[in-house]
Amino acid sequence: MMPVIAAAPRLGAVLLALGLALTPADGRAQAAAKTLRFIPQADLRSIDPIWTTAYVTRNFGYLVFDTLFALDKDFQPQPQMVNSWTVSDDKLTYKFILRDGLKWHDGQPVRAADCVASIERWAKRDQFGQKLIEAIASMTDTDDKNFTIALKTPFPLLLNALGKLSSNVPFMMPERLANTDAFLQIPEAIGSGPFKFVKEEWVPGSKAVFVKNPDYVPRKEPPSLAAGGKVAKVDRVEWLYIPDVATAAAALNAGEADWYEQPPADILPVFAANRDVAVTTVDPLGNMGVLRFNHTLPPFDNPKMREAVLNLVDQKDYMRAVAGDERYWKTCAAIIICGGTPFESNAGADVLLKGPNPARAKQLIQEACYKGERIVLLSATDQPIVHGQALVTRERLSAAGLNIDLQANDWGTLITRRASKEPIDKGGWNLFHTWTSAPDMLSPALNIPLRGNGSQAWFGWPKDPKLEELIDAWFKASDPAMQKKLADDIQTEAYKEVPYVPTGQFVVPTAYRKNLNGIIIAPVVFLWNVEKK
Amino acid sequence: MFAYIVRRILATIPVMAVVAIFVFALLYLSPGDPAAIIAGDTATVEDILRIRAKLGLDRPVYIQFGTWVWGLLQGDLGISIFTNLPVAKLIQQRLEPTVALTVATLIVSVMAAVPMGVLAAWKAGSWIDRVAMVFAVLGFSVPVFVLAYLLIYVFAIWADVLPVQGYVSITSGLWPFLSHIILPSAALGMVYAALIARITRTSMLDVLAQDYIRTAQAKGLANEQVLIGHALKNAAVPIVTIIGIGVALLISGVVVTETVFAIPGLGRLTVDAILRRDYPIIQGIILIFSGAAVIFNN
Repeated sequence: MMPVIAAAPRLGAVLLALGLALTPADGRAQAAAKTLRFIPQADLRSIDPIWTTAYVTRNFGYLVFDTLFALDKDFQPQPQMVNSWTVSDDKLTYKFILRDGLKWHDGQPVRAADCVASIERWAKRDQFGQKLIEAIASMTDTDDKNFTIALKTPFPLLLNALGKLSSNVPFMMPERLANTDAFLQIPEAIGSGPFKFVKEEWVPGSKAVFVKNPDYVPRKEPPSLAAGGKVAKVDRVEWLYIPDVATAAAALNAGEADWYEQPPADILPVFAANRDVAVTTVDPLGNMGVLRFNHTLPPFDNPKMREAVLNLVDQKDYMRAVAGDERYWKTCAAIIICGGTPFESNAGADVLLKGPNPARAKQLIQEACYKGERIVLLSATDQPIVHGQALVTRERLSAAGLNIDLQANDWGTLITRRASKEPIDKGGWNLFHTWTSAPDMLSPALNIPLRGNGSQAWFGWPKDPKLEELIDAWFKASDPAMQKKLADDIQTEAYKEVPYVPTGQFVVPTAYRKNLNGIIIAPVVFLWNVEKK
Repeated sequence: MFAYIVRRILATIPVMAVVAIFVFALLYLSPGDPAAIIAGDTATVEDILRIRAKLGLDRPVYIQFGTWVWGLLQGDLGISIFTNLPVAKLIQQRLEPTVALTVATLIVSVMAAVPMGVLAAWKAGSWIDRVAMVFAVLGFSVPVFVLAYLLIYVFAIWADVLPVQGYVSITSGLWPFLSHIILPSAALGMVYAALIARITRTSMLDVLAQDYIRTAQAKGLANEQVLIGHALKNAAVPIVTIIGIGVALLISGVVVTETVFAIPGLGRLTVDAILRRDYPIIQGIILIFSGAAVIFNN
C-alpha cells in the first residue's frame, strides 16, 4: 500500500498526459459556438404532441413540426405551411394551397393528404378541434398541394383552430404517422419543421438533441410570435434536463448552458452577480392560477358556497405564495387573461375586483346551510405553484369556518384522484389547485376550465347550460364586436356560477447568457431566430 | 464447484419470483395513474380512460402480470409507457454512468479511507487520530447533496477547474470522463469513506494489540512492514466485509448524486419512473437491482 501511495503523484501525471492525449482535438470550441444548450422546463418524455398535452412536448413539436397557420403577436392567424387560400361567399368552403418546397425530414414531399390526416388526428384529441370537426362536412385532398374543407355550418374560427398556439397544437405529420390511433403514440417524430430530432442521441430524462433542417424553407416575413419566418440560426440544439434547480443555475452561470427556461423565483438572485447572464420575461402573459370546485358533490354543488369562496379570495395572497416578487405577478379578474388580449374584460368581476368580503362570505355559507362537512382539498407537494395556492386556500377557508382537509401527495396522485367522481369517503375530492398557461386561456374556445358541459367537462364537471349556449354562440359569431360582447356575457355568467376562481396572473422569468440574440417574445418558447454570438 | 455455482444460481430463481410478485403488487396497489399523467392537465376523464385501455392498464391484474412475466421469460422487459422505448434500452443507456460512478466512488473511498484508518490506528490518541475521526463523523453527518453543492461551488464555480454537471463516457476521452466523475464520486464517497475509515481503525487497533505484532516489532521490522505486511493483512476481513455491505449505501446515495450532478444514471431513471408511474421501467429496474443484490451476496 505505502509504495503505491508514494507512486501516486507520478501515476497521476502519467494518467493526465494520457488523458489529454486521448481527448479529441479542439474543434469543440467551434461546435459549441453553433450549439444552443437549453435547459427546458421539464423532461421530454413523449415525442407525440397530439398524444400528450405536456408543454415540454408542445415545445418539442414547435422545433420538429410545422403548422398550416400560426398566430402572430396580435393573436391573428397567419399562413405558415399554406401559401394561399380562398373562402366561398357562403363561408362553407375553404380551399388551401400548400407552399412550394415543403419536405418531411425523411426527404418525402409534404402532401395535402398528409395535412388532412393530421387535422383528423389532432381533432380527435383537441376540444377546439372537436368543435371544428362537428362543423365539417368533408375534408379532401384534390391533389398533392391542394385540399378543401367543406363545412356544414359556417365556422368563423377555422383559421384560428388550424393556428392554435398551445396544446394540442395542430402539427402536421406524414400521413403514415397521422394515421396512428390518436390514443397511441407515433413511433417516430418526422416533421417538416426547422429542426430535426436526433433520436439516436435522445437520453430520456437527460438530453434531447436537434439539428438544423437544411431543407426547411422559412417564410420571408419576420418572425412574429408563432408566425413568420422560422429561421434556424444555430446548427444544433441540445436540451439538457437538469432536475436540480441549484445545479441548473450553476450550469448557466458557469457557461455550461446558454438558456434556463424557467428558473424558480427563489433562485433568481444567484444570477444577479453574473454580468454574463440576463434575467428577463419573454412571456409577458404568463399563467393564471386556478382554484377548481367539484360541482358534483356537496358543498360546492351549491352556487352559494362557490360564491362564498369567491368572496374569500384575495389574489395578492395567492400570488405572493406562488411568485413572491411583485414584478412577476399581478391581480387579474379576466377569465380570459389580462395583458392586452383580445377578450380581456372585467365584466361581472366586481366581487373579485373589490377584494375579500368575509361578512358576505359568512352570510352565503349560512344561506347554503353548510353544517361543517369535511371539505377535501387536494394538493401536490412536488408542484410549488399548486401547493403554495393550496396552503393559502386552507388558511383562508378555515378562517371562515369551513372544515378543510388538506390532502397533499404528489402531482401524479393528484391528477389521478381528481378524475374520481366518488364521494369524499370513497376517495373523492372537493377542491384542487392548478395553473394554466395564457395561450390556453386566450378565448372561450381555448379556456377548458370555463366549459359547463356537465359530465363532459373538465375535472369538476360544472353544468351550466346558459354558459354553454353563450360559448356556442361565440363560436358562431363572425363579427369581432359580437365576439367581444359574447365574451363579456360569458364572463358575467362565469362569475355568477363560478366554475372556478382565478387566483391571479404570474409570469415565470427566464435566464440566459447575454451572447444569445433573437429570442422571440411569446407565451411559448420558440428556438428559431435565436443565435449565439 | 461448478455444480455448487449452478445450485446457487438456481436458488436465486424463487427469490426473483417473489420479488417480481411483490413489485407488481406494490405498483398495482399504489395510487397514481400513468394514463392521467400522459393525458395532461387539460384532458377529460374519457381521454384518460381511453389511454388506459390502449395501454392495457384496464385489463385484470392477473392478465397484466401474466403478460409481463411471459415477456420476462423471453428476455423482454417491456416498453416504457411514456417514451415508447424498450426498457432494456433505457437501462442499457443508463447503466454505464451508474457503474462508472459507483466504481469511481469505491476506488476513491477505499484509497482515501483505508490509509486514513491505518494511520489513525497507528497514531491512536494523537491529533492524527482525532482529525481522522472528525472526518469520519462529518462523513456520516453531512448529507450527500450538501457536500455536492459545496464541491460544485468551490471547484466548478469559484475555481472553475471542473464542470458543474453531466457525464461524459470514457470513450469520449479520459480527462473529460475523469473531470465529470471526480466531484460526484467525492460527494458520494464521503459517507462511504467515513464508514471504511472507522472500521479500518477499529480492526487495526484490535490487530495491533496482538502478540505477533509485538514480536514483529521486536524483530526490528520497519513500521510500514508491520502495519501493511502483518497488521493490515490480518485486519482486512472486516474491512472487506464492510466494503461489500457498503455497496448498498452507494445504491441509495447514487440517486441523490445523479440528481444533483445531472448524471443520466439508473438512480435517476428509477426516481423519474416512480414519479410518473412508468410501471415497466420500475418493474424492470427493481428486478435488475434485486438480481444484482442476490448474485452479489451469493
